[in-house]
Amino acid sequence: MNPFSSGTRLRDMIRAIRACKTAAEERAVVRKECAAIRASINEDDQDYRHRNLAKLMFIQILGYPTHFGQMECLKLIASAGFPEKRIGYLGLMLLLDERQEVLMLVTNSLKQDLNHSNQYIVGLALCALGNICSAEMARDLAPEVERLLQFRDPNIRKKAALCSIRIIKKVPDLAENFINCAASLLKEKHHGVLITGVQLCADLCKVSSEALEYFRKKCTEGLVRTLRDIVNSPYSPEYDISGITDPYLHIRLLKLLRILGQGDADASDRMTDILAQVATKTESNKNAGNAILYECVETIMSIEDDGGLRVLAINILGKFLSNRDNNIRYVALNMLMRATTLDAQAVQRHRATILDCVKDSDASIRKRALELLYLLVNENNVKPLIKELIEYLEVSDQEFKGDLTAKICSLVEKFSLEKIWYIDQMLKVLSEAGNFVKDEVWHALIFVISNASDLHGYTVRALYRAFLTSTEQETLVRVAVWCIGEYGDMLVNNVGMLDIEDPITVTECDAVDAVEVAIKRHTSDLTTKAMALIALLKLSSRFPSYSERIKGIIVQNKGNLVLELQQRSIEFNRILQKHQKIRSALVERMPVLDEATFSGRRAGSLPTAISTSSGAPSNLPNGIAKPATAPIPDLLDLSSDDVPAPSSSGGDFPQDLLGVDLSPTLAPSGAGKPPKASTDVLLDLLSIGTSLPVQTGSSASDILSSSQDDKAPFANFNGLASLSSLSANATSPVNAAPMMDLLDGHGPGPQKPEENGQAYPSLVAYESSSLRVMFNFSKQPGSPQTTLIQATFTNLSSNVYNDFLFQAAVPKFLQLHLDPASSNTLPASGDGSITQNLKVTNSQHGKKSLVMRVRIAYKTNNKDVLEERQINNFPQNL
Amino acid sequence: MIHFVLLISRQGKVRLTKWYSPYSQKERTKVIRELSGLILTRGPKLCNFVEWRGLRVVYKRYASLYFCMCIDEDDNELEILEIIHHYVEVLDRYFGSVCELDLIYNFHKAYFILDELLIAGELQEPSKRTVARLVAAQDSLVETAKEQTSSITNIIAQVANV
Repeated sequence: MNPFSSGTRLRDMIRAIRACKTAAEERAVVRKECAAIRASINEDDQDYRHRNLAKLMFIQILGYPTHFGQMECLKLIASAGFPEKRIGYLGLMLLLDERQEVLMLVTNSLKQDLNHSNQYIVGLALCALGNICSAEMARDLAPEVERLLQFRDPNIRKKAALCSIRIIKKVPDLAENFINCAASLLKEKHHGVLITGVQLCADLCKVSSEALEYFRKKCTEGLVRTLRDIVNSPYSPEYDISGITDPYLHIRLLKLLRILGQGDADASDRMTDILAQVATKTESNKNAGNAILYECVETIMSIEDDGGLRVLAINILGKFLSNRDNNIRYVALNMLMRATTLDAQAVQRHRATILDCVKDSDASIRKRALELLYLLVNENNVKPLIKELIEYLEVSDQEFKGDLTAKICSLVEKFSLEKIWYIDQMLKVLSEAGNFVKDEVWHALIFVISNASDLHGYTVRALYRAFLTSTEQETLVRVAVWCIGEYGDMLVNNVGMLDIEDPITVTECDAVDAVEVAIKRHTSDLTTKAMALIALLKLSSRFPSYSERIKGIIVQNKGNLVLELQQRSIEFNRILQKHQKIRSALVERMPVLDEATFSGRRAGSLPTAISTSSGAPSNLPNGIAKPATAPIPDLLDLSSDDVPAPSSSGGDFPQDLLGVDLSPTLAPSGAGKPPKASTDVLLDLLSIGTSLPVQTGSSASDILSSSQDDKAPFANFNGLASLSSLSANATSPVNAAPMMDLLDGHGPGPQKPEENGQAYPSLVAYESSSLRVMFNFSKQPGSPQTTLIQATFTNLSSNVYNDFLFQAAVPKFLQLHLDPASSNTLPASGDGSITQNLKVTNSQHGKKSLVMRVRIAYKTNNKDVLEERQINNFPQNL
Repeated sequence: MIHFVLLISRQGKVRLTKWYSPYSQKERTKVIRELSGLILTRGPKLCNFVEWRGLRVVYKRYASLYFCMCIDEDDNELEILEIIHHYVEVLDRYFGSVCELDLIYNFHKAYFILDELLIAGELQEPSKRTVARLVAAQDSLVETAKEQTSSITNIIAQVANV
């Protein structure tokens, strides 16, 4: 006998586990038990199998792994006795689920048990099948279950009905086999069978339109009659729940009637009487009655009806809403939400109550109420409702603020009647819950502010005031900083004062102070700090007398660890120091932002680059005004395609650069054109390569190579920004792909010229004071891997070189063949040259570029000279 | 449909779990942890419904135990409350004023009862008496089988003694 398994009974094990004081102790006990059970399993100990499984189930409930016991379930199920089978099936349902392969092994045992003479064993098998069967098992065992729907004992019939639900959910094709049997279950008197039968019909309707039609035609009358009987039935103690006979049956019948009535006026008409009766007669002082009413209301609102019943239904919901029970209020809110599409006016009557529910202490109710209220807002009631919601925002729970803020912002945007109202409400939200405001919301606010030219002064003053009182809200700080930067002069001079405003005196110093506070806040993130830096630069032009102080603040960021800020501060510092003349032009006020483009983008439709660029040039007085636009990603789009991006802004928002560059190829209409685009890119690239010094050419190809490796294309953008905007185009992934093909020389079309080897620029492989080596490249058609190099050596000194010897070495992935040189004497002063042909075969063509180490030896003035050099700057694609 | 049934104690200990939709062991642990956090912290006067991952969890507290059932959004929450109560009443009748300890030491009995009440996440039987009768009938089958085994063992023992 196993020394471990001897003692502990299930009860003892549970007691031992419960006695554990710490989690570690519990783990130790469980580990010991599991070891004992495993040992017992290995010995195939039959006496304790059933106890072991019981223990394992307990361990499983505690959340420990128990997979090693799965086979034990199968063994117990396969044994003959009822007690073993009972525990075996329970274990099967607990320890396994439909996704485990092991489950398939039980199919045969299940089949036998479904045909067993003991009805309790049949019941066990049905229960297990209904709870965990997989699609394969459902297919295999469906005929057995179908047969059991007509079994003599009603308790088996009801189990078989629920089992059928599982089967048709797993394999909807099987639905038609069950339609007739399901219909016959509806005539049953036994409540269990009736309930499960009705449920089966409802689920059949969901998976099969054939079933829906059938039940609608054949069973609607019968179901209405059954419902009437049960509604009018006298007291029956067995099924009574708080004065109502079998509310479960009520609910299921109502649910099935809803499915049958939906979209069918005739069927709906046949059930209106009984629905009216249920809606008026059901007691509503207990939960069971309310559950029926709730279901009935839902059915009334779903079926085709002239409206008489609907009034009744919405009145019931109104009563629910004023109920003190939170559960009832919750379901009322839930249902009213569906009712808004049917009869918004009727729901509007309950607006005040719903608003109270938004302020409820119960999070579930608040959430429902807020969603409902959101649907109820219209032009007429938006102002008071928003006022209420914003007031509530001040006192609401932290975790509710996110939802509430999102909804308020969305409503304010949707119903922005006047700009001043919109701006006012947004400022309130920003000051109360700015940290919950999403990026696109404050971006939109800036767009609106920019467009409301008569309100610039008002807005900047209001923001300044708000900023002084609450610097905790990140988005408020951002918007305030942006506005102070743009409209700082209006802040100081009280330009555009409105009647409703309180006068405020702000000095230039105060404005700079505010931005300084923003940049020095510990909680400010990169975006805020970047925006503050730009605002400072702008202020330096608005308030020339504070230029020195601003410079001081900007310089403090020179050592910032964030590269972006560091670079900006150094650049801005240069502008302040060296470029006084152009500064005022640089930091002019932003042109009015194009709202249509922005809202178009927000709606998810990227505008094509064409439409963007058509508006941009006229809007932008100069391309360099971009530093100011940097913080707002969307703004960048407007300007990014007109002028080559100066290095100061191009790298800020790579996503947006990307977005714009991609749009021509992403736009459906452009789908046929990409080859054209990429040819242009190619031509440009080539012209760069030939016209610029070698080094530049190779750095461009470096960038290409890194994007080819799929290594974070964004990373390249900083480098790219200094190239022309066309080469920026080249690195956007979509364009890069055809490019690489072109260079590989494998793809069709434009890369043909490459293959002919015309396009490779010559390379000055080596140049010293005494010697120059030029490489000319060409390719043999048909063998892209092989490059022919003609090396030309020129003597730059005034002495003749004798015994001239050129040697070269390459890494393993290259093969090198050197032809004899044309001569071994190199005349002085460039008066003639030696040529030598090399043939290089690159086995990693397209992945690695050429590299070569060369050694040149010669004699001059009877002295041996040796020069060595590694050549890395071969064109990328050789 | 009911996706799963959980019984969680006030202290967050799991007393019973029944899954009608497939959840892997890892997901189960996560679900239980998430829901205990959501439900156990709710005050006594609040409604019995919690929205969770696009589903609803209906829970009700009986003494130290929370009975939770997770349902689809379009199911009838109020009815689920009745089903929970239905289950509790059957348990109560079976154990004779049930307490948490009964459910710990006789967890398998609690499962047997649940299996007579729900299959495939749907209600099977509205009559408490029928459920009780069916469970009792199966219990007595087990008893008979046990007696038979022990009497056979006795006979063998006697024969051996002789």
